[in-house]
Amino acid sequence: MSTPSESKLRSFFTGLMRHQIVIPLAALLLLTLFNLIADPGFFKISLGYNSDNNPVLSGYLISIIDYGSELAILAIGMTLVTAASGGQDISVGATIAIAGSVILRVLCGTESRPETLQAPIIVAFLVACLVAMLCGAFNGSLVAFFKIQPMVATLILFTAGRSIAAWINNNELPIVSDVSFSYFGGYLPGVPIPTPFFIAIICFVITWAVLKYTNLGLYVQAVGINEKTSRLNGLNPTFIKFLTYVLLGVCVAVSALIKVSRLSTINYSVIAKDIEMDAILAVALGGNALSGGKFNMSASILGAYVIQFLTTTLYKFEVQSDALSAYKAVVVIILVVMSAPAVREKISLLFNKMSAKKQAQSA
Amino acid sequence: MKTRKLISVILGAALCSTCLISCGNEPAANSPADTAANNSANTGAADTGESKSDLIKVGIINNDPNESGYRTANVNDLKATFTKENGYDAQFAYSLKNDEQITYAQKFIQDEVDYLLLSAADTAGWDSVLQDAQKAGVRVILFDRTIDADESLYEASIVSDMLKEGETAVEWLKGQSLDSYNIIHLQGVMGSDAQKGRSGALDKAVTELGWNVVTQQTAEWSAEKAQQIVQSVIDSGKKFNVIYAENDDMAKGAVAALDKANITHGVGKDVIVMGFDCNKWALEELKAQNWNYDGQCNPFQSSYINDIIKKLEAGETLDQKTIIMEEKGFDAATITAEDVEKYGI
Repeated sequence: MSTPSESKLRSFFTGLMRHQIVIPLAALLLLTLFNLIADPGFFKISLGYNSDNNPVLSGYLISIIDYGSELAILAIGMTLVTAASGGQDISVGATIAIAGSVILRVLCGTESRPETLQAPIIVAFLVACLVAMLCGAFNGSLVAFFKIQPMVATLILFTAGRSIAAWINNNELPIVSDVSFSYFGGYLPGVPIPTPFFIAIICFVITWAVLKYTNLGLYVQAVGINEKTSRLNGLNPTFIKFLTYVLLGVCVAVSALIKVSRLSTINYSVIAKDIEMDAILAVALGGNALSGGKFNMSASILGAYVIQFLTTTLYKFEVQSDALSAYKAVVVIILVVMSAPAVREKISLLFNKMSAKKQAQSA
Repeated sequence: MKTRKLISVILGAALCSTCLISCGNEPAANSPADTAANNSANTGAADTGESKSDLIKVGIINNDPNESGYRTANVNDLKATFTKENGYDAQFAYSLKNDEQITYAQKFIQDEVDYLLLSAADTAGWDSVLQDAQKAGVRVILFDRTIDADESLYEASIVSDMLKEGETAVEWLKGQSLDSYNIIHLQGVMGSDAQKGRSGALDKAVTELGWNVVTQQTAEWSAEKAQQIVQSVIDSGKKFNVIYAENDDMAKGAVAALDKANITHGVGKDVIVMGFDCNKWALEELKAQNWNYDGQCNPFQSSYINDIIKKLEAGETLDQKTIIMEEKGFDAATITAEDVEKYGI
């Protein structure tokens, strides 16, 4: 790789990235404005106590950072998968069910309602991580080695995953009674901010460090943009694609921990239902091309919180229950149209003309 | 480069094993149906001599027992009733797919069963196979679910009345004679039988008695969604004193949100919690006075079916084709440990 072309490429990227985060920011601004006008009470945060007598902050904003966190964590992995393989993993909801089931299986052993934990939580989490990574490896190998379309490859686990999850626990619904397990989806004693948000922050920091200090980001984008040239430049596209699916597996395990911890139990058929669609939407909302290539991680993460913002807003205004998905659909339609190449070209043309005029005027 | 190759080899091995594992799992998920079918074929061949004696041959087609806690309880109940000791030679087949169920039905008809017990996966497509059954002299009894076929094609149909389940719950709620009713209504998946029945009963009472519905949302049977919806109501600062959740999971999610906000719930507390389905863990919550009411959705049809078969064998005629099961509602104030054991699923 010659340095001048690389730096050129980089500056090109950073230029686009600055562009890209505009989309979720605009959506966020729009939602904020709407809520400010409709009811400023939306932004009120108050301090109270929960039934265990711990101080907790409550309010819509807290709910958003609380419930949006799993989605944001998933969006990290989904962005990498999208960028490298040019497709999406639609099995994340089902793999969350599997990983969650594994966590409970390890914690509860063979009893469905043990008095004490049968294993430390960290062990349960690591086992779940391993299983989720194996699921990711399964998807990744189908995509990377067998060159199956990502959506088709992940359809296998999408259909079979929830049955496997039920099978892991013999279709019983274990309930964890230990209080310390509920910390991950609730509050740490004495800390008024919901734990999922902290877990999400830790994930963001790790991701940021990995992208900054390793070449992963660059390699993933190179593979996504052009597989052949990246191979000619000494990369192994197959392995990088495979790796992104395994990394998504880690994100899935973290989300699963939060999900099962929220209620200290699991329901195989509905846990994390339709979350794959929200995760893909987060990536799209972040302005990332769903056909792969360039990506902007912070835009995806912001996109995830914007989706939760939208959901919470819809709940607040008590939108008719059957109309809820229609509103989300409207957002998706706007997004898809906005990100269509034809529209983008028009917009950038318009933008160029405007800036050219300005330059002419200033000159 | 070498290390990279090594890593890819290791990971390749790992994914091969996952392939094997997950391939191993998939048939495992289906295997109950297959083995059941195989068993039925075997028993069918082996028991022909025996069945000419006084055992009544029944073929039972049901949905997959892993579908839900309700189904597991249903399957276990049927297995406990239709035994050799009770005078039955029973064969079981499970599938969530209508066409597979129809294939099993044809197989059972060829095996010359006396009775075909059916919980259909889908309402449509049963006419021709039931006509075959009629020609072959096989009597059909539907349980749990109805089908779109002429009434003459089956002897009886044993079902739950979801509207009545809702009405029983609403009656109970009326009986609490609260000063004001401010209700959070958590609905199931819109359009499902259980949702329509259970929502219908509450909607009617709301319009008739002027109760206040604080919010009415579908949480799609999911505890997480229920938690978010209730959280949203709490954040808005609106007052409520009743949570009417159309299944136990959603009630559990709602309670998680209440706990977070330090709102007391249960017998003699600030908020009344109502659920449906009578899961064992839910009845335990009732017993611990954390919830107030749980409505039953009765999975125990086998005693009804048993009665019908006995009647038909004795040459009696049935008074009515559609038999609606008795379904209870449990009050936290009166529930006993035996109730939890007996009715918990």
